Amino acid sequence: MLNDVTFGQYYPAKSFVHNMDPRAKIVLIIAFIVAIFLARNFFGLAAVFLVLVFLVLLSRVPFGRVLRSIKMILFVIVFTAILNLFFYSGESAYEPLVDWWIFTITYESVVNMVFLALRLFLLVMGTSILTLTTTPVALTDGIESLLTPLKWIRFPVHELALIMSIALRFIPTLTDETNRIIAAQKARGANFETGGLIRRAKAMLPVLIPLLVSAFRRAEDLGDAMDARCYSGAKGRTKYKKLRFTWRDLLGVLFFAALITGIVFLNMYLGTKFDIIAQIASLF
Amino acid sequence: MEAVRFDNVKFSYEEDGAEFAVNGVSLSVEEGQFVAILGRNGSGKSTLAKLVNALLTPTEGKVTVFGMDTLDPKMTFEIRKSAGMVFQNPDNQTVASVVEDDVAFGPENIGVPREEIGKRIEFALDAVGMQAFRHATPSRLSGGQKQRIAIAGVLAILPKIMILDESTAMLDPRGRREVMEVVKKLNKERGMTVLLITHFMDEALQADRAIVMHRGEAVMDGAPEEIFARSDELESYNLTLPRAAAVCKQLQAAGMPVGNAFDAEELAEEICRSLQKG
Repeated sequence: MLNDVTFGQYYPAKSFVHNMDPRAKIVLIIAFIVAIFLARNFFGLAAVFLVLVFLVLLSRVPFGRVLRSIKMILFVIVFTAILNLFFYSGESAYEPLVDWWIFTITYESVVNMVFLALRLFLLVMGTSILTLTTTPVALTDGIESLLTPLKWIRFPVHELALIMSIALRFIPTLTDETNRIIAAQKARGANFETGGLIRRAKAMLPVLIPLLVSAFRRAEDLGDAMDARCYSGAKGRTKYKKLRFTWRDLLGVLFFAALITGIVFLNMYLGTKFDIIAQIASLF
Repeated sequence: MEAVRFDNVKFSYEEDGAEFAVNGVSLSVEEGQFVAILGRNGSGKSTLAKLVNALLTPTEGKVTVFGMDTLDPKMTFEIRKSAGMVFQNPDNQTVASVVEDDVAFGPENIGVPREEIGKRIEFALDAVGMQAFRHATPSRLSGGQKQRIAIAGVLAILPKIMILDESTAMLDPRGRREVMEVVKKLNKERGMTVLLITHFMDEALQADRAIVMHRGEAVMDGAPEEIFARSDELESYNLTLPRAAAVCKQLQAAGMPVGNAFDAEELAEEICRSLQKG
């Protein structure tokens, strides 16, 4: 029942992107998102799209695999797109396409919908490149390292990172345990497959309670084991794995700086997203 | 040198101290000794183990590890560095998702420099025969392999004493054999002091010395063969002989002239001898 729960979606491969410092990747993905929201016209989004295609090729992750992450969010994209189509309330320079009851569809609302959908699409694809090419452990290390400045305000960065990595480590263990409990309850006649939503949710209760109890017991054991291995917080602790910023990361930073500059220029010279209507019209 | 010393130690889990999990134990373990601690559930053997590395501290009496008193909080860190402990459930003692990161956890905690940690990981994985799994994920390994990783995690701190708190209890026979082999090797080749807490009588045969716990007291103490020879006394503590020894005893009772044997090989030899004689 829960066998297909893979935590994270790391795609193992050897590539330029895989080898980058996780910190650089996290920062660059933020730059990527900034680029998406900075773009005011379709040319900017097209530039971002080209960069995305380039990144996917560079990362050696199959396109199908990257597209799979869209599936989960497809509903959200369609839903927001439709809402935007009907309830866009800007000024319109053209005749409305549809004007019925409270629904008005103008050229502008269509353009707006497409623009928004593209933005969301690029956003999800971009971030999934990060999770596809970085192991959860490396991500945690990267986040810990990026949050280091917060230590100055006594934010428990090390503890937070340790909690995250222990949580990741326990996912497969607790998944196995859940499957075991489900099997045990099924053997005693529990039914998880039929009935309405509420009935099924109720059926999960005899699974969740033993799972919770055992998780607490595990936590206590783990606490003892950590004590026995001399754990005493961040003080006086060394770190075996050190993240290294390399030429790859420098290249990445330069590349994304170029992307953002490019988008600013496209914004300056090629108008807003609504100008696309006039731009297409002028072609004919 | 004396590695561990218990002086009339009492320990109670309750505040009022009405019931003692460990009730007046005095014993001393020499460095390099391989000691098996036997007992039924609730006999106090796990509590005894936790008293050694200061996870628990005695309610009464005194526990010292290489002369360091476990009641002294300043010594706790040093004591845990000298006495490493492996627990029962291999799933509940790994902290990281990658083997080498998990082995590194101990050395990181005691502030070992990075290059040195690399060397220690290599040494520890080598000692338990798991070098090939350095970059593997613990959750995909077998129980025996996970437990060997846990041993490596303790070894990386370079302890002088290794406490195994029922570390083989949850393993299949193969995993148990793997772990026991590693432990024996550590004891023989590196002179590691081993405290093996177990309820498998067969495992006690590998030790130099066996201590039987019953209701918080150390009731028997001696060479494993000596203890297994007192089978009636053992039975009164709800412990059974190793299987081969039990068969041997039954053969003797049935009138076959075999000498005392405790493991399958010895028994086979004894039977052979008696058959040749007859």
